[in-house]
Amino acid sequence: MLSVIFSVLMIISVISAFITGRFDELSEAVLNEPVNAVELCIYLCGGMCFWGGIMRVAEKSGITEGLTKLFSVLLGGLFKGLDKNGRAFRAICMNITANMLGLGNAATPLGIEAMKAIAEEEKAESTATPSMVIFTVMNTASVTLIPSTALSMRMKYGSESPLEIVIPVWITSAAALAVSLTAAILPYTGSRQIKKEKRQK
Amino acid sequence: MTAAMMIPLILLAIIGAGIYKRTDIFSEFAKGAGENLKVCAELVPSLVALITAVGMFRASGAQELIIGFCSDFFTSLGFPAECLPLALIRPISGSGALAVYENLLEQCGPDSFAGKAASVMLGSTETTFYTLAVYYGAVRIKNTRHTLAASLAGDMTGFIFSVLTVNLLLM
Repeated sequence: MLSVIFSVLMIISVISAFITGRFDELSEAVLNEPVNAVELCIYLCGGMCFWGGIMRVAEKSGITEGLTKLFSVLLGGLFKGLDKNGRAFRAICMNITANMLGLGNAATPLGIEAMKAIAEEEKAESTATPSMVIFTVMNTASVTLIPSTALSMRMKYGSESPLEIVIPVWITSAAALAVSLTAAILPYTGSRQIKKEKRQK
Repeated sequence: MTAAMMIPLILLAIIGAGIYKRTDIFSEFAKGAGENLKVCAELVPSLVALITAVGMFRASGAQELIIGFCSDFFTSLGFPAECLPLALIRPISGSGALAVYENLLEQCGPDSFAGKAASVMLGSTETTFYTLAVYYGAVRIKNTRHTLAASLAGDMTGFIFSVLTVNLLLM
């Protein structure tokens, strides 16, 4: 995928330079942009390290565990097919907690473990089960407490109030999560109702 | 309560819990920071590639050509046309989105409407295709049913809401 994006961007750029005649600017970009990229990494590195460190302290101090318990209450209704004391459900709760705290490194392995445990528990072979769809959708909606990358970038470009985006980010992720979850669950509630009706007949 | 209070309070809560639980705060902090340092270093090669490509795209005038082409339509919807490239690349590539976002901040500034909307967009959405590939790939599920449709519906909502919330709360 990235190969496609990378090559398409380059090819279009060169073609456009023929149209606009901006070859000087284009060559300058080729020489300067790699330097910008490294600068950006160095800039982001500070914030990433800091929050990575803080979140690890949170994990080791039982905050992650506490939140996992809280989420297991909230998530119980969503994963009806899963044993609430099982390995799959526990991994799901831990993954959601890690995501919220912005522990990207911890969240992905936990997510994979959760998927494997769901597959085992629900005996999935080639088709996704309802729990899998719901769980994956919760991950793509990404609910994060502190959008640290966007915050550091805003600082870098001299924003007057880099933090003001935090509340809009919360509202936006909540809305996106609500829509994804509804879209994920709807087909199942429909089919369940149909099954019930059939049984009643 | 404002966002400016949230971050210090979160820090206080975490450090407080660390002291209460007698966690070795400093060495755990250093370990966590070290893990992310590695992530950062691994980010360098792909960011060099993508930021250069995005920079070329802008310098050659291609971006203006494309944005100019569809800006009327999106502006009439109230969607800042500058955010369009970010919305397109966000579900596909995390480092690509970062490259486009940086380019946008450089061009429009972080406190412009487009800059704020893009910040909210970046902060509240995920690399959908990557997540799907990794998660379903791990369990070798081929038929993902409506997962992609539901995720993309969420992404669309995220894009619309980032423009809406910025418009209502920050402008």
